[in-house]
Amino acid sequence: MSATVIRVEALTKHYQQVVAVEDLDFTVTTGSVCGLLGGNGAGKTTTLSMLLGLLLPSAGSISVLGADMLRERHRVLGRMNFSSPYVDLPHRLTVAENLGVYARLYGIRRRAERLAQLGADLDIGDLMHRAYGNLSAGQKTRVGLAKALLNAPELLLLDEPTASLDPDTADRMRRYLMEYKAQSGATVLLASHNMLEVERLCDDVIMMRAGRIVDRGAPSALLARYGRQTMEDVFLDIARERDAGTRRAAP
Amino acid sequence: MNGAPRAFSAGRVYAMVLRYVYLLRRSWPRILELAYWPTMQMILWGFITQFLVGHSAWLAQASGVLLAGVLLWDVMFRGQLGVSTVFFEEMYSRNLGHLFASPLRPYELVLALLTISLIRTLIGVGGAALLAIPLYHYSIFDMGLPLLAFFVNLLVMGWAIGLLVSAMVLRYGLGAENLAWVAIFAVAPVSGIYYPVSVLPDWLRVVADLLPASHVFEGMRAVLIEQRFRLDLLVNAVLLNVVYLALGVAVFLSVFRAARRRGLLLNVGE
Repeated sequence: MSATVIRVEALTKHYQQVVAVEDLDFTVTTGSVCGLLGGNGAGKTTTLSMLLGLLLPSAGSISVLGADMLRERHRVLGRMNFSSPYVDLPHRLTVAENLGVYARLYGIRRRAERLAQLGADLDIGDLMHRAYGNLSAGQKTRVGLAKALLNAPELLLLDEPTASLDPDTADRMRRYLMEYKAQSGATVLLASHNMLEVERLCDDVIMMRAGRIVDRGAPSALLARYGRQTMEDVFLDIARERDAGTRRAAP
Repeated sequence: MNGAPRAFSAGRVYAMVLRYVYLLRRSWPRILELAYWPTMQMILWGFITQFLVGHSAWLAQASGVLLAGVLLWDVMFRGQLGVSTVFFEEMYSRNLGHLFASPLRPYELVLALLTISLIRTLIGVGGAALLAIPLYHYSIFDMGLPLLAFFVNLLVMGWAIGLLVSAMVLRYGLGAENLAWVAIFAVAPVSGIYYPVSVLPDWLRVVADLLPASHVFEGMRAVLIEQRFRLDLLVNAVLLNVVYLALGVAVFLSVFRAARRRGLLLNVGE
């Protein structure tokens, strides 16, 4: 039986009267790629933020890599990392300066070697001496991924990991992530709107709507349950509040 | 690849200081801005001193008292700006999420902010102080060791105010960033920069007594006019600064925790 990397119990986040997430319970096992799927405002980014300790929950518990994230998150922050289009890097620093600063924050010893390796792997070697603010959206996404991989994390949290990438680059990034996962045994939790990406990468998918988990399973199981050919159709069923039972009955 | 997690890492503080040095190095207008205001103030007050020295018996006792006042006041002002404006950079660049998902601790960020504030203050005020030597034949460095005591105390008070301002801006958003430019002037009239606190009404003297800066400026005048170092004033300033800095750090860390509750580390803005 695989070990649990993430264990979330009764996780709730309220902003005064607004419910961002409500009573989430889920686990993610070592070495798996789990997708968090849901429409805008479903609570995916809120959930990822709480897993990172950037946001404190209103109730519930989060354990990541064996650490209680509400009390001892610093014990494991060096073993995890994340990328998100909602968080930026300083624009006036070069890519190498930005990554170098984060390499130091994560306590990486052979920084130049690691940067060169990631530069080659993610095809950002030529961008290293350019100001981050001058990069295109796709280039910034790749630099964000490089930052997320700097410390070779055991747990990688990715929010829209291929946002702004052209199909060719997005495909290469997905391949790279899969290779990284296969080589390192890392666990990946990704939030995405890209259904193709979810079908390709994820062993397990958590479907969210209005801050709650409404379904969960392997992509193939979800397709079968909803009687659909693609995850996009499953997504639409869930977003439009047609669950597996009503979907079969619907015309 | 990763070392065991440590509660404090000088390497992480150094990483943040390096980041702020990169930022400074990338923008020559920012370097110029650091020295511009202290230099203009020094030039202005240098001419005022030259004029007043022939018209004021008090000023004639120690012609450098106004220039020393303006330079030391700028230590406090630059010290405060060095903390708050650099912290605002993190908010402008929407970088707080990355920073605090890393092993960086909030108090390590505070230490990095204080360090870069010291560097920026030395660049800004140091340049003006050196320029005063050829321009007005006045060297603040002639004060000797007491100057170091004054510098440190004013810098620490600037840090405390800088942390409080940063906390307010983290809490209320960048719409409150102008606090950085105005907050410190609330204490200027009662700090006795250019005049003894004895000119203040009694009730304001009580307020002045609670400010480390007023003890420093009284001490400065004792050195320049009476040629004696007032240890009692230094002790007062140090004790008050311990309280102020502790308060500044405590408020900053407390607002930081509140920011995690409110989701402000990811959604910074106005």
